[in-house]
Amino acid sequence: MFSELRQAVSVFLALTVITGLAYPLLVTGVAQMVFPRQANGSLIECDGVVVGSSLIGQTFSDPKYFWGRPSATSPSCNAAASSGSNFGPSNPALHDAVKQRCEALRAADPDNKAPIPVDLVTASSSGLDPQISIAGAMYQAGRVARVRGLELAKVEAMITGRASKPLAPGLSEPTINVLELNLALDGKI
Amino acid sequence: MFRKSKPLFDTPLLLEAASGAFQKLDPRVQVRNPVMFVVYIGSIITTFLFVHTWGGNGEAPGLFILGVAIWLWATLLFANFAEALAEGRGKAQAATLRAMRTTVNAKKLSEPRHGAAWFSVPADNLVKDDVVLVEAGDVIPCDGQVIEGVASVDESAITGESAPVIRESGGDFNAVTGGTRVLSDWLVVIVTTNPGESFLDRMIAMVEGATRRKTPNEIALTILLASFTIVFLLATATLLPYSLYAIQQAGTGSVITITVLIALLVCLIPTTIGGLLSAIGIAGMSRMLEANVVATSGRAIEAAGDIDTLLLDKTGTITLGNRQATAFLPAPGVKEKELADTAQLASLADETPEGRSIVILAKQKYNLREREVHKIEATFVPFSAQTRMSGVSMHGIEVRKGAADAIRKFVESAGGKFPEAVQRNVDDVARRGGTPLVVAEAARVLGVVELKDIVKGGIKERFAEMRRMGIKTVMITGDNPLTAAAIAAESGVDDFLAEATPEAKLSLIRKYQAEGHLVAMTGDGTNDAPALAQADVAVAMNSGTQAAKEAGTMVDLDSNPTKLIEVVEIGKQMLITRGSLTTFSIANDVAKYFAIIPAAFATTYPPLNALNIMHLATPSSAIMSAVIFNALIIIALIPLALRGVQYRPSSAAAMLRRNIMIYGVGGVIAPFIGIKFIDVIISAF
Amino acid sequence: MSSAFAVQLILYMAVLAGITPLMGKWMLAAVDGHCGRGPLGKAERLFYRVCGVNPDEEMTWQRYAFGMMLFSGVGALVTYFMQRTQLWLPLNPQHMANVTPDSSFNTAVSFTTNTNWQGYVGEATMSYFTQMAGLAVHNFVSAAAGIAVAFALMRGITRKSVNTIGNVWTDLTRLTMYVLLPICFVFALLLISQGMIQNFNEYVKVTPLDPAQGEQSLAMGPVASQIAIKMLGTNGGGFFNANAAHPYENPNMLSNALQILAIFSLGAGLCYSFGLMASDKRQGWAIWSAMAIMFVVAACFCVTFEQQGNPALAQYGVDQTASTLQPGGNMEGKEARFGIAASSLFATITTSASCGAVNSMHASYTPLGGLVPMWLMQLGEVVYGGVGSGMYGMLVFVVVAVFVAGLMVGRTPEYLGKKIEPYEMKMAAFVVLVTPLLVLLGTAIAVAGEAGQKGPLNPGPHGFSEILYGFSSAANNNGSAFASLSANTPFYNTALGIAMWFGRFAIMVPVLAIAGSLARKRGMAVTAGTLPTHGPLFVFLLISTVLIVGALTYLPALALGPIAEQLLLVAAH
Repeated sequence: MFSELRQAVSVFLALTVITGLAYPLLVTGVAQMVFPRQANGSLIECDGVVVGSSLIGQTFSDPKYFWGRPSATSPSCNAAASSGSNFGPSNPALHDAVKQRCEALRAADPDNKAPIPVDLVTASSSGLDPQISIAGAMYQAGRVARVRGLELAKVEAMITGRASKPLAPGLSEPTINVLELNLALDGKI
Repeated sequence: MFRKSKPLFDTPLLLEAASGAFQKLDPRVQVRNPVMFVVYIGSIITTFLFVHTWGGNGEAPGLFILGVAIWLWATLLFANFAEALAEGRGKAQAATLRAMRTTVNAKKLSEPRHGAAWFSVPADNLVKDDVVLVEAGDVIPCDGQVIEGVASVDESAITGESAPVIRESGGDFNAVTGGTRVLSDWLVVIVTTNPGESFLDRMIAMVEGATRRKTPNEIALTILLASFTIVFLLATATLLPYSLYAIQQAGTGSVITITVLIALLVCLIPTTIGGLLSAIGIAGMSRMLEANVVATSGRAIEAAGDIDTLLLDKTGTITLGNRQATAFLPAPGVKEKELADTAQLASLADETPEGRSIVILAKQKYNLREREVHKIEATFVPFSAQTRMSGVSMHGIEVRKGAADAIRKFVESAGGKFPEAVQRNVDDVARRGGTPLVVAEAARVLGVVELKDIVKGGIKERFAEMRRMGIKTVMITGDNPLTAAAIAAESGVDDFLAEATPEAKLSLIRKYQAEGHLVAMTGDGTNDAPALAQADVAVAMNSGTQAAKEAGTMVDLDSNPTKLIEVVEIGKQMLITRGSLTTFSIANDVAKYFAIIPAAFATTYPPLNALNIMHLATPSSAIMSAVIFNALIIIALIPLALRGVQYRPSSAAAMLRRNIMIYGVGGVIAPFIGIKFIDVIISAF
Repeated sequence: MSSAFAVQLILYMAVLAGITPLMGKWMLAAVDGHCGRGPLGKAERLFYRVCGVNPDEEMTWQRYAFGMMLFSGVGALVTYFMQRTQLWLPLNPQHMANVTPDSSFNTAVSFTTNTNWQGYVGEATMSYFTQMAGLAVHNFVSAAAGIAVAFALMRGITRKSVNTIGNVWTDLTRLTMYVLLPICFVFALLLISQGMIQNFNEYVKVTPLDPAQGEQSLAMGPVASQIAIKMLGTNGGGFFNANAAHPYENPNMLSNALQILAIFSLGAGLCYSFGLMASDKRQGWAIWSAMAIMFVVAACFCVTFEQQGNPALAQYGVDQTASTLQPGGNMEGKEARFGIAASSLFATITTSASCGAVNSMHASYTPLGGLVPMWLMQLGEVVYGGVGSGMYGMLVFVVVAVFVAGLMVGRTPEYLGKKIEPYEMKMAAFVVLVTPLLVLLGTAIAVAGEAGQKGPLNPGPHGFSEILYGFSSAANNNGSAFASLSANTPFYNTALGIAMWFGRFAIMVPVLAIAGSLARKRGMAVTAGTLPTHGPLFVFLLISTVLIVGALTYLPALALGPIAEQLLLVAAH
């Protein structure tokens, strides 16, 4: 009994040292040498200021920007407390939220009568989704072009140019990174 | 005696079983079967709930609760009925057995020898090691062993075989069974069992189910069924709080009633197999007895189903008992007819089956008539262990037939020569698996008579069938390897043991067991006892010694070595019946869910009626139909349980595919039809 | 079902089938001690000497189980106290407070049992030290424990006439050191290359582009090293609250593909190890195929309902149709980069295996789409399953299937020459009973009491589903959630903690008992009369057994949850 307890404790502690300390420290060391940008959060700096991460979504409410996925975190796009809405499909709160988002999109672009792509009005899983579908971007292209006084074709070309490529043909639908698209619009990258 | 299978249902049996069904409502009986005990409790609760409605505040309409209660009781009674019927059939067999155990008085000897003074005592008072005298016309009072005397005994009461058998002291024919009758002469018998333990007693007890203990498989299955029952108990009991919560969430509906919960529970738990399980076991025992095999336990029957290696004695099982002459092979310069004539002459007085067959062959081939020995003034020279020849002496001419080496000595001592061509024939015959008999007249060798073992008709097909079932057959013979190989090839056995001794048999069994095989064998002699004890299933011949019977797990009353094959099939059939009904029982649940779930929650979530794919009329008719189906299916399956599912020898894979289709897929479909049908009838009223 | 999904599923199964033999051989070589050669072997022997372990000792099942229980008990205690004192321990740049007692209990049990249910918000509760030295360690050793028990059972089945089933300490050590660690090291670096973070920095302050928004704080940490083992060991406990939906925890489709592959890799590999040990690879592939068929069907079912979208949203002029430009479907609680296909696939995989990581929020799935993950857990996590636990769980189902089928062919049931007798049946029945008992009874207690009723966020049958999902997840050691359930309360922390503990060890111990009992038996020879356990018929039989037991146990409860919700939703819109 005692010898078994000793074995249990010492094997557990020894494995803790190896897998809980040595292993993560080694991975961190190698990662910081080989992939420093990724390991530190794929941050985007403009003029020495960190304006975001290419992986973390930000909230946009200004009509001149493309808007990203709705975020259920509090406040919106809170990268220190990620979360989805967890609303069930039959929950009236979900229906209300979708309705409000639809109304907001239509209010910002009253002439656009097209049906709204679903990803623009449903909350993402993490609350930090950096991307939207191409359909979602195209839906907003008219508004952004109008507000910024740009040609629609130019905005649409930016979207097409910045669309992600699938890993393999037909493997997934293309998406576009909203923060990077908006930074490009602002001419910051 | 049980060869004629009784009809499954005859009126007195049914009446007795019906009353037995009620007697079995005793809680002490019910508690032994966990599945049916749950039904028992459910019946009591629903009955109580019905009584409660008389106060005017029942949880559901009184008639509905009454209906459920009645059908739950019916479910129980049907299961009891099945068991009572199986027992009743067993008892009927036992009664036949008991009838022959008329109380007889035994002649108990004061000293263990013939001629000592005896006094009459009732047979029931005999104890082990008493010595009794049995004389012509007496019934042997108990199982025992002959220590003195020779007598012919009529054992037809036990075996159904009308020809009397010889019982004598010493050797392999010294066991006698109580209830049989001595026809001639006398025997001094030492009693080998105490009252109530005799072979007959054990048989009766087995058949009546009094000593029936659950077999390992039955226990394992009961555990599985009990765990299913607990799972369903959980699934239904927790529905009450779930239902309360759902109503709280939905804001409408009424709470699921206890009656519906109990109905659901009883429908889901495996009552079909639970109710028929013991009937199947008892019926298996009965079927074994119908084949005139008495198993010492249910476990032995089960083990028979597992057998994958059969050790079969050559003589009597694979071949007809005796060798027969099949050809005359003359020596150079001898006509075949002359050889046949001489061979017939040498065999005229030979009453052994081999001798008779030579006479007959000569008659068939050359139309040589039998001659009367005394008319031709010949004297018969019988076979002796010293000369190993037999024949006749006639007018100074010595005619002999015998084994090659014996004849060689005979011929050479008379100054003759043993031709090389004859020796070649002798070798050829031996290689073919036959026995060569050389015929000589004085110093002249005339040729060889070929004696052959005749393989039983149809045995080859039987062995092929066994092979498909995955059972390996091994022939045991005292023959030399050459002969054995030839017979093995002809009969189609998978393997053989030649020049078998009891030790060789024992070590062969051990070898197979070490390779992971389960071995069955038959035996009758005392020297078979070790091998019988080692084998996984051992069928002792009833004609065999007491030692062999004690070592065996089964006793074959017919003393027919081929019986082993039947025993395996009965064992398998019993297991298959259990497995198939279990599958059927569980598969039934799918339909029952579709009947009861929408009915149970119709008031809370009306859209759930989409699950009512059978379109049952009303929630209460749906529940009633499921409960009624559940009860009736037990009755419907009683014949199957008692008779056993049809067994066709085939590979395990083929058998499984077939049984899954019938009892698995069929088990899913059947209740949909049955429940809908019952619902149509109920809602018509 | 979209073409994207079909391509993903086919590719996935092909790659999985490809790596199965590699993983199988690797694990078997490791536990058999073939990896410890040369200097590595010297280090291994030193490790044993330090720990007072005799590596050559063979153990009975009782000793094996006792060692395993002690090891797990010690691990749970250490983790409990680490959380209770993390404020005073190093590597806590955000100064996370000590965790509450009930949450610490729940989390300690959760990680020890390979469940990794998370009642807390990772980036707002746990210090780097707790995550790394407490939680990530369990990711390794609980995975090793599961695989070890699976090997013990497989030894029991394949050994003949012996009393012992292996050595718990060498199994745990070798699996951790020779299999999990090296794979994770490479895997972590691959993930980092795709954008997963690995640092000990303070949270990064960001000035957002849109000036109307407040400052954003980016959570940091040693994520990749933990995520590698979280997936490979089917633990599923995320570094962040959003788990594999968080972009730092799953940056893109490639990282997603690597993660889902990791989830099944060891569970699938064990089937192959089993085939090797049984000297008949078909036996392993038969089990593999049974798992594969159930998985593929479940995944297709799930994605079909997710792709159909939410009928309630059509009224607002929302476009849920799939096209080349958008995934369409039910996107609530899903990430744009994964769309419907990769999200549904992940959900099916993570609940087939007892992983519990999520890249989309299962609570927001359509009712029948969400039924799939829930039911997969309720089947006992045997579709590849948790590392090791899936294999031993499936082998228990094999025992049950073989028992009924064996009777149907007229033989005392046997598996690979080992007879299934009352003792094995008793243990198997116990295993089959434990989880329904925990799930159904736990749910009943929760819905009956005030503390439990407070949990669900969503109204109607969905609320019931949340509770049912929670107990299904805990008792089957999955760890995923309908996260709308507020489970970080003393009631749920305690109730789910108990469900997790017994869901793990009340199964592990009887499984080891079966292993010990089978090891003692002599093997029966295989003949044409033996029930074949490698063909399509057996695969069908095994699947039927798993499905029927699962369906019959949970159908009434599911009828009141997702099935009722779906029918109501369709009826209303």
